[in-house]
Amino acid sequence: MHQLTIAELVKGLRNKDFSSVEVTQHYLDRIDRLDKVYNSYITPTPALALAQAAAADKRLATGNAPALCGVPIAHKDIFCTIGVRTSCASKMLDNFIAPYNATIVDNYLDSGVVMLGKTNMDEFAMGSSNETSYYGPVKNPWATDCVPGGSSGGSAAAVAAHLAPAATASDTGGSIRQPAAHCGLTGIKPTYGRVSRWGMIAFASSLDQAGILSRTAEDAAILLNDMASYDTKDSTSVERDVPDYTATLNDSLKGLRIGVPKEYFGEGLNPQTAAHVEAAIKVYESLGATVHSISLPHTNLSVPAYYVIAPAECSANLSRLDGVRYGHRCENPKDLNDLYMRSRSEGFGDEVKRRILVGAYALSAGYYDAYYSKAQKVRRLIKQDFVDAFQNVDVIIGPTSPSPAFKFGAKSKDPVSMYLEDIYTIATNLAGLPGLSIPCGLVDSKPVGLQLIGNFFAEAQLLNVAHQFQQATNFHQQTAPGIE
Amino acid sequence: MAVDRSDIAKLANLARIAISDDAADVVANRISTVLALVDQLQAVNTDGVLPMAHPLDAVQRLRADVVTEPNQRELFQSIAPAVQDGLYLVPQVID
Repeated sequence: MHQLTIAELVKGLRNKDFSSVEVTQHYLDRIDRLDKVYNSYITPTPALALAQAAAADKRLATGNAPALCGVPIAHKDIFCTIGVRTSCASKMLDNFIAPYNATIVDNYLDSGVVMLGKTNMDEFAMGSSNETSYYGPVKNPWATDCVPGGSSGGSAAAVAAHLAPAATASDTGGSIRQPAAHCGLTGIKPTYGRVSRWGMIAFASSLDQAGILSRTAEDAAILLNDMASYDTKDSTSVERDVPDYTATLNDSLKGLRIGVPKEYFGEGLNPQTAAHVEAAIKVYESLGATVHSISLPHTNLSVPAYYVIAPAECSANLSRLDGVRYGHRCENPKDLNDLYMRSRSEGFGDEVKRRILVGAYALSAGYYDAYYSKAQKVRRLIKQDFVDAFQNVDVIIGPTSPSPAFKFGAKSKDPVSMYLEDIYTIATNLAGLPGLSIPCGLVDSKPVGLQLIGNFFAEAQLLNVAHQFQQATNFHQQTAPGIE
Repeated sequence: MAVDRSDIAKLANLARIAISDDAADVVANRISTVLALVDQLQAVNTDGVLPMAHPLDAVQRLRADVVTEPNQRELFQSIAPAVQDGLYLVPQVID
């Protein structure tokens, strides 16, 4: 049952081949039995899941239930959930039970989707390896001595180990696409503003976007249909109709213009990863697409611009965590300043502290123009590269990450080497564009990802382009060794 | 630009994060590494380029000035570390 895709689960539930309670119990049993190895969940929610499944079965029996009714998924522990701890993988929020649901959590509740639990992640989504979690690292199901990627490493490992059929995730600089690449999954980060950020704990508000990790592009399309919405509670949500993302999955790619940026194939890219990406582009040619060499000349500035903008926004967002209203509070503070200082120092991990300090520096008097304002100007140049490129091509294709998953500890001593993990994904967040990663081969028995970047609000096209690749190849059907 | 121990003390105070004397050099080194990375931005000519705050250059949405949210003080304070009579408790601020 755990080999079924979301599309197959939807069909099976409707045909009464199995009930939601049966599917949910099956997954809960697997989590209980196998997650000791992967640590992909921070908080499984078995009692709640079974209650939601029983309610879904009742709705299904009426014959009038929404498409996703009864399908179980996992939520990244960054999305607020009433009655269930939302930790953001931080000691700071180890005791935090949100008094409200994230909009995407409510959207899925309305559809009758069952929540299996809350998945592990890098602390406050700051990391590319899932090593900064207060609840311990997540192991990659493809190689348990390697990282699953981050920050949505728990969501990715859970789906790759068949401990959830799909999971929600969030992406500020690559946090959906890079773990998708490292765990052999499909991962989509929609256009900024497409999915509500309400109730998704903020890291860098101008870059954060929620999305999906799934086994297939078709599953991502089904799930995005219910995740995306216009939300007045999120002032950056975009008022625009949500199309049926499944309706165009089977469109022909004849005449599709693919742009291949030369900057994404330079120094630092593993040659075997490059070979798989080039082979995938050949597959697209065989499907009728034309390939065009393009240039995104400011690519090398995306990591530096990001590491000013993201820390600056995080230092502002995380200032609310002060030990007064919720979250961790130190013992016996001697005065108000001591309460702030010790609560925050005890509650945050090293990487979070580092980014807050960098952000405080970039925003401090005398440095604002040199850092924050400068980075925002460079951000416009990076966006303009894409606007120019999309004059002549429909989608941009390249690698998701420079190399396959690395070993634990390999990059945690040098923050800059970790930051360069996201060199191909960060520009998409800075520009606000949608991006998607699909598996396209194995290097050293570990999966590597093909990244597709679309124009603003071109999620349906990206999913179509990904789905057609998955109709022509079987990389997405490969599972980690030992996973039944 | 590199930062030293005294910069770290200043930043730590701004960010309300305590950095112990033992850790100050390590933190200064690591932050200097990040600043060296972002210093690449200084070489770019951005004359006449407007800073970009939102990918779609959206402007703040306005709504009618009417109350939309009910008061949920008790619910919100139920997760606070210390409250009394509907107020958040902190160490004494005024003598």
